[in-house]
Amino acid sequence: MIRIAGVFFLLVGLYAALISSNPNAAGRSNLFEVANTQGFYGIITLGAALLIVTGGIDLSIGSVIGLGSVLFGILMLEGVPPPVAMLLTVGGGAGIGLAHGLLVTRLKLQAFLVTLCGLFVYRGLARSLTSNSIGLDRIKKTQPDFAATLDGMRYWLTGEDPTKGLVFPGEFVLLLGLAVIAGLFLHKTVYGRYWYAIGYNDRAAAYSGIDVNRHRVVTFVVCSSLAALGGALWLLSYSDANPDSAGQSYELYAITGAVLGGCSLRGGEGTAVGIVLGAMVLPVLNNLLIFLKVRDTYMPIVIGLTLLFGTLIDEFFRRRGRAAR
Amino acid sequence: MTAPLLEAVGVRKTFPGVVALDGVTLRVGRGEVLAIVGENGAGKSTLMKIVAGVYQPDAGEITFDGRPVTFAGPAAAMAAGISLIHQELNLAENLSVLDNLFLGREPAVGGWVRLLTRAATIPPGKALLARVGLPDDLLHARVADLAPGQKQLVEIARALGLDAKLLIMDEPTSSLTQKETDRLYEVIAGLRAAGVSVLYISHRLAEVRRIADRAVVLRDGRNAGELARADVTHDNLVRMMVGRDLKQFFRHSHGKPAGDPVLTLTDVRYAGGPPHPASLTVRAGEVVGMAGLVGAGRTELSEAVFGLRRITAGVVAVRGRPVTVRRPADAIAAGVFLVPEDRRLNGLVLEAGVGFNLSLPNLDRLNTAGWVNTRAETELVAVTIGRLRVKTPDAAQPVGLLSGGNQQKVVFGKWLARGPQVLILDEPTRGVDVGAKAEIYALIDELAGRGVGVWMITSDMEELLGVSDRVVVMHEGRIAGELARGQLGEEAVMKLATGGGGA
Repeated sequence: MIRIAGVFFLLVGLYAALISSNPNAAGRSNLFEVANTQGFYGIITLGAALLIVTGGIDLSIGSVIGLGSVLFGILMLEGVPPPVAMLLTVGGGAGIGLAHGLLVTRLKLQAFLVTLCGLFVYRGLARSLTSNSIGLDRIKKTQPDFAATLDGMRYWLTGEDPTKGLVFPGEFVLLLGLAVIAGLFLHKTVYGRYWYAIGYNDRAAAYSGIDVNRHRVVTFVVCSSLAALGGALWLLSYSDANPDSAGQSYELYAITGAVLGGCSLRGGEGTAVGIVLGAMVLPVLNNLLIFLKVRDTYMPIVIGLTLLFGTLIDEFFRRRGRAAR
Repeated sequence: MTAPLLEAVGVRKTFPGVVALDGVTLRVGRGEVLAIVGENGAGKSTLMKIVAGVYQPDAGEITFDGRPVTFAGPAAAMAAGISLIHQELNLAENLSVLDNLFLGREPAVGGWVRLLTRAATIPPGKALLARVGLPDDLLHARVADLAPGQKQLVEIARALGLDAKLLIMDEPTSSLTQKETDRLYEVIAGLRAAGVSVLYISHRLAEVRRIADRAVVLRDGRNAGELARADVTHDNLVRMMVGRDLKQFFRHSHGKPAGDPVLTLTDVRYAGGPPHPASLTVRAGEVVGMAGLVGAGRTELSEAVFGLRRITAGVVAVRGRPVTVRRPADAIAAGVFLVPEDRRLNGLVLEAGVGFNLSLPNLDRLNTAGWVNTRAETELVAVTIGRLRVKTPDAAQPVGLLSGGNQQKVVFGKWLARGPQVLILDEPTRGVDVGAKAEIYALIDELAGRGVGVWMITSDMEELLGVSDRVVVMHEGRIAGELARGQLGEEAVMKLATGGGGA
């Protein structure tokens, strides 16, 4: 609860600073833009956080986003209808997660290493699929039949209207939907309970009759599927998928969001509400820095210090809790 | 008696919400082995940590070696000559014995470059090992490759190297074999003869009787009394520890003859196990005690039956029906449950609440289409807490904050609701205080009385003899023999456990 309150007040403070920084910052279009970015961050953070709750980690998220965005584009260029292409992309992500999960559980490899390898491999795969960016315009030109469907998907998933611009923060709405599902799953179902148990102490979970390996595999599948969904959203919202840069470093943003939201990398901790709030921090912080005219160069420093600050607060409360015994 | 080496008077220590020590007085003579006895939560460890400088007392005076002292930290206490031998051994496992003996005070040359002069440490290193009876050739062995007992002796040797006048040992024998324990007793006797004092925390009353000159009993953070060597008896100690007589420490009222076999192992072998198969029968309403030295393969066999190790040959049958156990869920479905040896590692999710832990293995029943049935869960948890008299403020209290005995009750409680056919208990009362021990024995007796087959692995001889209907002894992975209740005795068990059974 303390963690949620902490990140909540951090967000309130950031929003207050943003709104007072510049009249344009408080405008609807800017806030929608921020919300959409938060939605995107939130979706991949959700995947990373569910994995982190069970004590796992995934460093390949950014590369899966990159590969997913490129794959989604190429499939459509090749004539696969957009909704099917999207399903195939997410399915590909699930396949990647399955591979991670099996390598970690069957061969007892460390998740950190397996997904670190993934980080390189999927980025390389994305590059080998295409050397140039794939734009929505090119897809529409090559497959004119898809134009209407694509615009529709774009409208419903990102809130972007071809003529009126950003009508509503579609990605944020999508995040809320997914977060509600994740929240119900984590906090109300037997499986969520198992995931917390596995994250805290997987041996005690195994001795209680829980099939730890199977659950671990599922968490990897969920994480990579959401990253691949993020890849498809990337192409839809930015209209462009660059094999080199799409999604780059986003695994770190996802992990940052999860930790700010109260997940412990030791596993076992984190709530759906906290995860969403945690994922909302970086985009609004980023936007604030832009309006404060802080040079881009300093952005990574601010992100790093924010995470350090969050970790310090976490450690502070943890120690106080321990001393209270 | 000359002036004591250590004198602590009126020591008080509070933690937020708890008075851990309230005016405790402690005197340790020179060359005296003093046992500190008490239930968990009585304040033994806190007192030891204050003496060793880990905690600072809120009130009270400590005199050591004739001078009043206040230790700012363990390093200060160590410099004064007080060494705490940690319960969790505190050695750098990846380094050699020699490097550990001189860790932090390595002789070096070259000024700030501090080039190690390891050669200079070899003669004093050998001398230290000799004092604890370890052979010279262990000097260059990696600590990780040593047996637990040897590690403990290395730690003692390290403390001696620091000129310790007072050694504090917190349950030093809890992870040692009988042989290693005997070795440790000899070392302690040698230290006493050399004028080194030893403060010794123990749960094993037989041990106190054997090595201590005197026993000081703590109860609820206060002095509950002390006993001279001649007066150290089981009854006297227990009465002081719990403040009343425990009429029936070992309950054995389920006297009816054992029923049909509930668990039968026929020539079972498992991956990573010994080459010879093991067979075992546990009948309904029977407590089968399993004795053996550490490493005899008792835990491993039970883990195989519970699906934690792959069974490669033989048959496991429950109520005469063969079951295929590939994972714990299979054993659980057959009604075979395990209360593991290391409850903190394998039995409990320490950070989570009592309720979370109690319901964890029962969630497959406490749900509707995957949704946790909160009402049924709350009821199950409340019933179990009440039935086992788990002392906890509420069901949300993290299990890790409970005492050892209450933690162990929770591990038992995880399975009670499922109606066990067979309950495998691995060291069911390790690290559990006397009061809770009696409750656990009563529970085992009650379960056996209701027809549960209990397979109890234990290294505690009193427990083995007091609770079992029949004892099976393992030696080096093999069932070495079996003793009916009438034949039970410490010597008979040890003879089989050390391979002297002849058969």
